[in-house]
Amino acid sequence: MSAGNAGNGNGANGNGGSRLHGAIETYFRLAPVTVPIYAVLVAVVVGSLVMLLAGANPLTAYGALFDGAWGSPEVLARSLARSTPFIIAGLAVAFAFKAGLFNIGAEGQLLMGALTAAWVGTWSWMAGLPAILAVPVVLLAGVAGGLFWGGIPGVLKARTGAHEVIVTIMLNAIALRLAEWIINSRSPRILLDLSASVPHTVPIFDAARMPRLPGTALHLGFLLALLLCAAVWFVLQRSTVGFEIRTVGANPDAARYAGMSVGRTIVLVMAVSGALAGIAGAGEVSGGTTGYLTSGSFIGIGFDSIAIALLARANPFAVIPAAFLWGSLLAGAPTMQLQADVSLDIVRVVQALIILFVAADAIVRWLFRIRAPRDGDITTGEVFAKGWGT
Amino acid sequence: MTTDGEVVLQARGITKRFPGVLANADVDLTVHKGEIVCLLGENGAGKSTLMNVVYGLYQPDEGELFVNGEPVRFTSSSDAIAHGIGMVHQHFQLVPVLTVAENVVLGQEVRKGPFLDLARARREVAELSERYGLAVDPDAKVENLSVGAQQRVELIKALYRNADILILDEPTAVLTPAEVDHFFGVLRTLIDSGKSIVFITHKLREVLAVADSVVVLRQGRVVGTADPATATTASLASLMVGREVVFEVPKGPASPGAPVLSVRGLVVADDRDVPTVDGVDLEVRAGEIVGIAGVEGNGQRELVEALAGMRTPVAGTITIDGHDVTGWTPRKVSELGVGHVPEDRSKHGLVAGFSVADNLVLNRYQRRPFSRRLVFQRKAITDNANREISDFDIRTPGPDTTAGSLSGGNQQKVVVARELSGDLKLLLVSQPTRGLDVGSIEFIHRQIVRRRDEGAAVLLVSAELDEILSLSDRVAVLYRGQIASVTDRAEATREHCGLLMAGGHPAAAGAA
Repeated sequence: MSAGNAGNGNGANGNGGSRLHGAIETYFRLAPVTVPIYAVLVAVVVGSLVMLLAGANPLTAYGALFDGAWGSPEVLARSLARSTPFIIAGLAVAFAFKAGLFNIGAEGQLLMGALTAAWVGTWSWMAGLPAILAVPVVLLAGVAGGLFWGGIPGVLKARTGAHEVIVTIMLNAIALRLAEWIINSRSPRILLDLSASVPHTVPIFDAARMPRLPGTALHLGFLLALLLCAAVWFVLQRSTVGFEIRTVGANPDAARYAGMSVGRTIVLVMAVSGALAGIAGAGEVSGGTTGYLTSGSFIGIGFDSIAIALLARANPFAVIPAAFLWGSLLAGAPTMQLQADVSLDIVRVVQALIILFVAADAIVRWLFRIRAPRDGDITTGEVFAKGWGT
Repeated sequence: MTTDGEVVLQARGITKRFPGVLANADVDLTVHKGEIVCLLGENGAGKSTLMNVVYGLYQPDEGELFVNGEPVRFTSSSDAIAHGIGMVHQHFQLVPVLTVAENVVLGQEVRKGPFLDLARARREVAELSERYGLAVDPDAKVENLSVGAQQRVELIKALYRNADILILDEPTAVLTPAEVDHFFGVLRTLIDSGKSIVFITHKLREVLAVADSVVVLRQGRVVGTADPATATTASLASLMVGREVVFEVPKGPASPGAPVLSVRGLVVADDRDVPTVDGVDLEVRAGEIVGIAGVEGNGQRELVEALAGMRTPVAGTITIDGHDVTGWTPRKVSELGVGHVPEDRSKHGLVAGFSVADNLVLNRYQRRPFSRRLVFQRKAITDNANREISDFDIRTPGPDTTAGSLSGGNQQKVVVARELSGDLKLLLVSQPTRGLDVGSIEFIHRQIVRRRDEGAAVLLVSAELDEILSLSDRVAVLYRGQIASVTDRAEATREHCGLLMAGGHPAAAGAA
C-alpha cells in the first residue's frame, strides 16, 4: 500500500509544473481525465509527424479533418450520428469494466442485437403498429439478442470460471459467421431480400424506423444514448445494485465477505453489458438510413468501443466525449483524404496512438509531469478488468 | 555479552523521507561482531525503512553507512549482499514449486558448462544446513515445507550468499512457542560462528530472551537504547509507545447465558480440498469470549469462514441462535445478528478505493435506512459514518475519504465499527489487532469486551497467545484442525497452551 495522504490535489514534488497541474486538476476536478486529454494531444502531434513522413502537410490535413467533422451543422450532425453507436457500445464495455470484467464481446453482442432487430422489424404485424410502439419493440428485440449473447460468457464465468475474454472472442467469431449466413443464405432463405442486387436483409417496416433530423443522418438513437449514459451512471453510483457491481469490481473477496453474490453480479453485468451493445446494434438498424443489414454492417464498432471505454476510463459520462471524438475522426476522414490527399488510414493511426498513450499512461505522465494515481484514490484509480489469473 | 567485538555495521544519522512522512530521522545504529541487536518499535515506527536502507532497497536522504569501518553507498540489494549483508523478509521470497536447493542457488546458480550443477548445490546446502543446525532436506519442494522450515531455507539462502550480517524481519511471527525456542538456539549457533544479527520485532518477551542490545524506535527516531539484562517488558513498552501501557484489558468476570453458537463434528476443507478443520465441536455462550489459540494454518481461517457462511462445510452442523445455519450464505448468517471481523482486512474487510462511509455500510447497504427500493440514501449513510467515526475514534479527514488512505489501525477500526454495531448476537473476530499500534489494540480490545458485557457471544481467533489470554473467558487450542482442549481462562497457562499449540498432550502439559 502506498504512503501519502489522499484528499487534496497538490503535487508534492515542489516542481512548478506539477503544482500548476495540481491546481488545475483540483479546481476543475480534472484529475481523472487529464491523462486521456493529454493522450489525445500527444497522439495528434505524433500523428502529424507520421503525416510529414508521408509527405503531407499536417496543418492542411487536420484543417480538412476539422472541416469534415465539425465544419458545418450538416457535418456536425453526421459526426453525431456516427458517434451514436460508439456511445452506447462504449457504455456497454465501460459498464463491464466497473465489475472488473473485460467484455471483448461487444462486437458480437452488437451484431446479435442488430440481427434480432432486423428480424423482428420484418414481422408482418409490425407494419400495423404505430411508431411509438414499433420502435421500442425493435429496440427491445436488440436488447434480447445482446442480452443473450452477453449472458453466455457471464454464466460460463460464474459457473465454471471460464475467462470472459476467451469466451467473448469466440462468440464474436460465431456471431460474425452466423450473421453472414443469416444475411446471405438463399436456401434456406432467412432474412435475405431476394430482390436486392447486393445481398442485404429485408428492410424493416417504416413504423419500426426511428425518426431522423430532416436532411441528416442524425436519429433519435443519439438522445437515447445520452439517456442510457445517465441511467447507467445512476445505477452505478446511486443504487444498491451498482454498489454491488463496483464492489465486485474493486474487491471480489470483500464482496463475497459482505454477503454479495459475486456470481450473480457477473451474470447480471455481462448480460446488461451485452444488452447495451445490442441496443447499439438495434439502434443502427432502426435509425440508420437503410433499415437493413448487409454482411459488412457495423463491423468494428464493438472493437472500437473497447478503445472508447478505455479512453473514457470507464466513466459513463466520459464515454460521450470519447465516442464523439471517435465518431468525428471517422466522419471527417473522407474530407481529409479529399482535400489534403492524406490517406484515410492516418485517422486510424491517430486513433491507435490515442489508445497507446492512454494505455501506456506512464509516457504521458512523464511528458507532462502528472503525478501517478494514489492507491485508494477512487477518482483516478479506476478499476479495470482483472488479469488472467482471476 | 559480546558487545566488545569490532563494529561490523554502523548507520549514522540516517534520514529518509517519503511524501508527507518522515520515516527515519537522524537514526544511529551500531552492530558489533557476534551480537544480536534487537530493533524494537511499533508498526510504522520506521524499523523496516531503516533495514531497507541498510539492505540497499532505499537510498537514505541523509546519513552514512559503514560496513567493517568502510563507508559504503548501496544502490541496490545486490550491493548490500556483496558486502555480506543478508535479509530474511517477513514474507518469504521463495518459489514454492522449486526444491530447497534450487531456491537457495536461485540467482547465483552454480554451472557446469551451460547446465545447472544441482549436485553441487545440493551438497553445499546440506553442508550449511549441518553447520548451523538448520535442519532441512535439500530435495524437498518448498511448497511442502512447514513455515518454520521455509524460514530455515531463507536463512540458508542468506548464508549461501556469505552473509555475515543477517537482518531478520519479524522472524518469529509465524512460529509456535517451541519453534521460537529452537530458532533462538539457531541464532546462538550463528552468533558463535561469528555472524551478527539485527532482529526486528515488536514482541518484548523475545527481546529480553535473545538480545544483546536493544534499540527502540518511535516515529522514525531512536528514542532509547536498553540493556536487556536490566530492562523489563514494562520499561521497554513505555519506551516503545511513549507512555505507560496497560497490558491487562480491564474486564469483569463473564456472566455467560444460553449457548448462541454450537458446532458439532464440523469438517471444512481448504481451497485445495484438504480438510483443515477436522471434526470440531465447540460452544460459545452469550456474554462470554471464547479464544481460539493456535499457530496459523491449523484450520483457523477455514473454521471462521465456515461459521460466517463463506465456506460450505464438508460435514457437521453449525447452529447459531437456534437456527441450523450449515450451508447458509454470508448474508443470511449476517442477518441473524452475526458480526465478523475477518483476519485479512485488506482482502476481505475493506474496499480500499471506497469511502469510509461506503465501507461502513458494506454489508448493510441493502437495508433501510441506507437504501430504499434499491436507491441509496446518501444522508443516512453519511450520518451513520459520522456517528461511527466518533464512536470508534476513527482518525479520518472525513467520511468521504477513501479507506485505503487511512493507517492500518484506522482501517481496522472501520471494520470493527461496522461489525460491532447494530444488534449483535454472535461476534466472530479473527486476528483483530494484527499489525496495529498499541493504542488501537487497547481500543479494539475494550470494544470487544464491551460487546461481551452487552450479551454477545464472542469467538476470538488469534495467533497472539497474549491476546487470547488477556481477552478470553475460555480458551481452546486448535491444532491440525482439531480442538486440543477447552479450558477456563484461569487454568490456561502460557505453557499449557504453548505445548498444545505444538501438538503436545494435555496430560504432559499438566505435568510441565
